[in-house]
Amino acid sequence: MNKINQPVAEPDVPVVDVVSTKLREVDPPLYMSRNRVYPRRVSGTFRRVKWMVLAVLLGIYYLVPWVRWDRGPDAPNQAVLIDMPARRAYFLWIEIWPQEIYFLAGLLILAALALFLVTSIAGRVWCGYTCPQTVWTDLFMWVERRIEGDRNARMRLDRTSFNLRKAVLKVAKHSVWLLISVLTGGAWIMYFNDAPTVLPAFITGQAGKTVYLFVGLFTATTYVLAGWAREQVCTYMCPWPRFQAALFDEDTLIVSYQNERGEPRGHHKKGQDWGELGHCVDCNQCVAVCPTGIDIRDGQQLECISCALCIDACNTVMAKVGLPGNLISYDTERRQESRIVGTDATYRLLRPRTLLYGALCLIAAGLLLWGLTHRTTLEINVLHDRNPLFVMLSDGSVRNGYTIRLLNKVREERQLILQADGLPGAALQVTGQETTGRERVALLANPDGVTTYHVFVKLPRGEIYDETIPFSFTLTAATESVSAAHETVFRGPTK
Amino acid sequence: MPTKIEKDAYTGSDTTGHEWDGIRELNTPLPKWWVYTFYATILWAIGLFILYPAIPGLFSHSKGVLGWTTRDQVAEQMTAAQAAQAGFLDRINQASLEEIVGDNELFTVAQVGGKAAFADNCAPCHAPGGAGRPAFPVLADDDWLWGGTLPEISHTISFGVRADNDESRFSEMPAYDGVFSGQETADLAQYVLSLSRPGADLAAVERAAPLFEDNCVACHEVGGQGNRELGAPRLSDQIWLYADEESAIVSQINQPRHGKMPAWGERLNEATIKMLAVYVHSLGGGE
Repeated sequence: MNKINQPVAEPDVPVVDVVSTKLREVDPPLYMSRNRVYPRRVSGTFRRVKWMVLAVLLGIYYLVPWVRWDRGPDAPNQAVLIDMPARRAYFLWIEIWPQEIYFLAGLLILAALALFLVTSIAGRVWCGYTCPQTVWTDLFMWVERRIEGDRNARMRLDRTSFNLRKAVLKVAKHSVWLLISVLTGGAWIMYFNDAPTVLPAFITGQAGKTVYLFVGLFTATTYVLAGWAREQVCTYMCPWPRFQAALFDEDTLIVSYQNERGEPRGHHKKGQDWGELGHCVDCNQCVAVCPTGIDIRDGQQLECISCALCIDACNTVMAKVGLPGNLISYDTERRQESRIVGTDATYRLLRPRTLLYGALCLIAAGLLLWGLTHRTTLEINVLHDRNPLFVMLSDGSVRNGYTIRLLNKVREERQLILQADGLPGAALQVTGQETTGRERVALLANPDGVTTYHVFVKLPRGEIYDETIPFSFTLTAATESVSAAHETVFRGPTK
Repeated sequence: MPTKIEKDAYTGSDTTGHEWDGIRELNTPLPKWWVYTFYATILWAIGLFILYPAIPGLFSHSKGVLGWTTRDQVAEQMTAAQAAQAGFLDRINQASLEEIVGDNELFTVAQVGGKAAFADNCAPCHAPGGAGRPAFPVLADDDWLWGGTLPEISHTISFGVRADNDESRFSEMPAYDGVFSGQETADLAQYVLSLSRPGADLAAVERAAPLFEDNCVACHEVGGQGNRELGAPRLSDQIWLYADEESAIVSQINQPRHGKMPAWGERLNEATIKMLAVYVHSLGGGE
């Protein structure tokens, strides 16, 4: 990247007033061409961690749709599935109805809080290791390196004019990229369709329009974002880098260069006395390996995704020149400042910020868990008729109508008994059923679905003591100990 | 604007050369692809302007190359909806009312279709859900002037009440204004009230009994049981078309009001009438 916005002086160095260096005749460019980044191969601890994280995450992404989970004969046997047409989401033993979308909301809230916690502890770990943009870009860069060679070879290749070798290499690279992209888009739709069914259908052209649409969409986004846009996504498109600073404090671990140890930087010949020279040998390896093309020695920057590859690069060089490692390392602002004045501050993990985020995480996780363990398989929803609110009958009694929905979340039909609790003298009648005027009525709840009934409740005039009489419909099962209730009211005439 | 480009010593960036009261602006160039994307969206918008109605004029607007209009779209959707309903409506046309009620699918269609037709045609008088209004009968209760079975409801809807056709429901209570004395009318009102509730003036009831016998029983039947053949309301129940007060009853005896309902068979097609009958029947009072 360019050096715009990067401080060249430490903030505590006295700031020189703006000096006019030169007058230019032309207006400065308001738009900037992109500086292509050619990250160099690097090996070391963090690179290994990143490869492992990449393998695990991509493995999860591509393989999870193929995991089977037996839910009985009438249910999909895919472990993780979002069944849009049937309005169901399956996650292992958990089955979510659209009414329970708050579980998803809760999961997202928990994820956001966990992100806050991790960021306040160790900076942009999400960006550096686990963000899909980083993972797929890493994979695409690996492919690029295998085909076109390392940094210098790639730079040379891009500089040469068109020839056969260049054409072959470029076609090969983009073909592999596109292949990965198709696989990525293909895996995506398997979370929404039965994987073993949709794969052959997709290949033979039998799959639905939306399937092809979404495969196409995710193929295109993967190819464009991981192949072409890369660090531009992080720098210009993503909102996360813009507000992550609010989550940092002086005890957050940040990938940083030890200024006081490294400066003044300069080339150092073997056997030469270090003298006044700092430990930075100015080899620019940290810049060469950086996937966003910045110089970490300029300090913390918006573009830095904290991938820690510069740490690996610098440590390799430090080992070669026989100096201790970690000239670039995960460090906190407090420790850096204390070293400048000659003390050695300890790293503090427990501080109000991390404790607060941690507590919020635990609360969110606890609530989610409580919700999941207390999830009921039977629900009743009651809607009081509005037109008419009540009907006067010829014998002087009053009748109210209710629409009742039974949510049966098990795969067996349920025999249920409905009664009006707190409404003495009430007689229930289900529209469409022959029997009349019962205290309790039998209802059948369809398996794994919503069954709607319309129920009339009749109350003798003598029992009506108020315009609005609160009561509740209770639902009990004939053969099992499950019940549900819903509060509602009985409306009557004013006089 | 002055264009004195400087290098800012603190950040090392160029300034734009603009200065406002000593505040200088750093030049932070946008990436070119961002600008090109912006241009592409402008081109896209121009494309939409050409293809679709977009530019307003004084009396009209640009039509767009595609000739697309919201009205056409609605018409298209209506046609599609009608095509989707056609199968069901055919089956409703073929089926008897009892068959419709017996068939779960057709019953649901009739309920929904009937509800829509009711809201368009019937609700202005009978109120949504058949809740009724003063002088317009409640359709959701268990009291019927002309009968509450499916065929009876269907007949009333098709031919109306006191409408201009031979099949129409028709009855007319004579006006007893001048026939009875004021006292007699008041006594009769007490008698009618006593049929459905305690607390009437017993002496008046006794005086009115022979009058009721001679003048009212022919239509309203013994004990005010009513006669649906004649559309004579039941006087012994708790449901009153006008009001359950003596004055209202007196006024009805002297100058009876007679509600009218159009013959909907002249305006609605057969399937709609059937759906309406099924819907009204299901409101809670169907027999």
